[in-house]
Amino acid sequence: MNGGQDLGGAQGHGPVRPEPNEPVFHAEWERRAFALTMAMAMPGQWNIDMSRFARENRPAAEYLSMSYYELWFYALEIMLKERDLVADDEIVVGHSLHPPIEGKRVLTPGDVLKVLHRGGPTERETDTRAAFKPGDKVRAKTIDPLTHTRLPRYVRGHVGSIERVLGCHVFPDSNASGAGEDPQWLYTVRFEGPELWGANADPSVKVSIDAWEPYLEPA
Amino acid sequence: MAAHDQDHDHNHDHLHHHDHDHSELSETELRVRALETVLTEKGYVDPAALDLLIETYEKKVGPRNGARVVARAWSDPAYRARLLADATPAIAELGFAGRQGEHIVALENTPSRHNMVVCTLCSCYPWPVLGLPPVWYKSAPYRSRAVSDPRGVLADFGVTLAKDVEISVWDSTAEIRYLVIPMRPEGSAGLSEEKLADLVTRDSMIGTGLPKEPA
Repeated sequence: MNGGQDLGGAQGHGPVRPEPNEPVFHAEWERRAFALTMAMAMPGQWNIDMSRFARENRPAAEYLSMSYYELWFYALEIMLKERDLVADDEIVVGHSLHPPIEGKRVLTPGDVLKVLHRGGPTERETDTRAAFKPGDKVRAKTIDPLTHTRLPRYVRGHVGSIERVLGCHVFPDSNASGAGEDPQWLYTVRFEGPELWGANADPSVKVSIDAWEPYLEPA
Repeated sequence: MAAHDQDHDHNHDHLHHHDHDHSELSETELRVRALETVLTEKGYVDPAALDLLIETYEKKVGPRNGARVVARAWSDPAYRARLLADATPAIAELGFAGRQGEHIVALENTPSRHNMVVCTLCSCYPWPVLGLPPVWYKSAPYRSRAVSDPRGVLADFGVTLAKDVEISVWDSTAEIRYLVIPMRPEGSAGLSEEKLADLVTRDSMIGTGLPKEPA
């Protein structure tokens, strides 16, 4: 979706303001929101692409005015409610009012480090062959989906070259919608600055994205 | 040019980039508490697991991990070669692996090429080597301008590079995570890996800073 999250090339957001000696979390609720989101992935059984979509799928003005962990937390609430794991009345009173869904796997302290260490690799075996090879010229397709995609607007319609072939990976556009992993070949595609930002742009700037094959066409 | 990423002189009041008024912040705080209670009562979360998750990312996993990788690459040419060829197993040799670092690519800075990493769509960041991302990395100013005006962004960090240095910006739009290997500072010959790691700042591994100069 062309939502508030798709920020590459936007103007008017002001300077970057690094915070010296920044703490990992700025408040106790951020710690808890982070940990709840991580822990609930197991009983919730959603995938990372569903989480990303739940965070970005809100009015752009709202997205831009919310802090990072607010986006995480309210996305968590939405995903829990969609799956009937929690109901609105329970959040209002702050207690469980309805029986839990039985049989859910729960993250135990003993599993935490194992689960983190294992992570969630997205590369998959495939019998297909990559359509592109390093050096090939490709155009990022012009697409305009209302659903989740990882093809940012600022490259759509522009021509770049294949820099690396990264293997066959879970395709977020499908995975976010619950339609399955549908693994696709993934490439690093490199664009020249002026191709993206016009003839006056700094020619010493090159910008790469990682793009799945369905995002690309030969150029 | 100078590495200012840890100590520049910002006086802005920007602790909370997207600061809300206190009532709204406390509403979120109350909702987080309420949700944790509900989920605990239902048996979906174990609060001890939550504590361990927080402790892990607050105390154990952070940019010191990445600094050790960089220091090893600076010290050991065979390791550097393995890291540049296939970073994920090379980093796992030092014990760093897993969530948000399942597929890592190392990007080496050279006198003619400077690398900088961003995630314009969200906040993708190599957790096993850098920990959780700082607020600025997740913020609209960085995500919007890193791809269109990386030299301007570097100026916000007090970093200026020669005009003929190529700036390669890597937008983390998939599950590949990028780690910048900065250039080893002049005057660091003979330093131990431990001392070299002290020179490697977080921002130098994102590409918005440079390593510290040896004392």
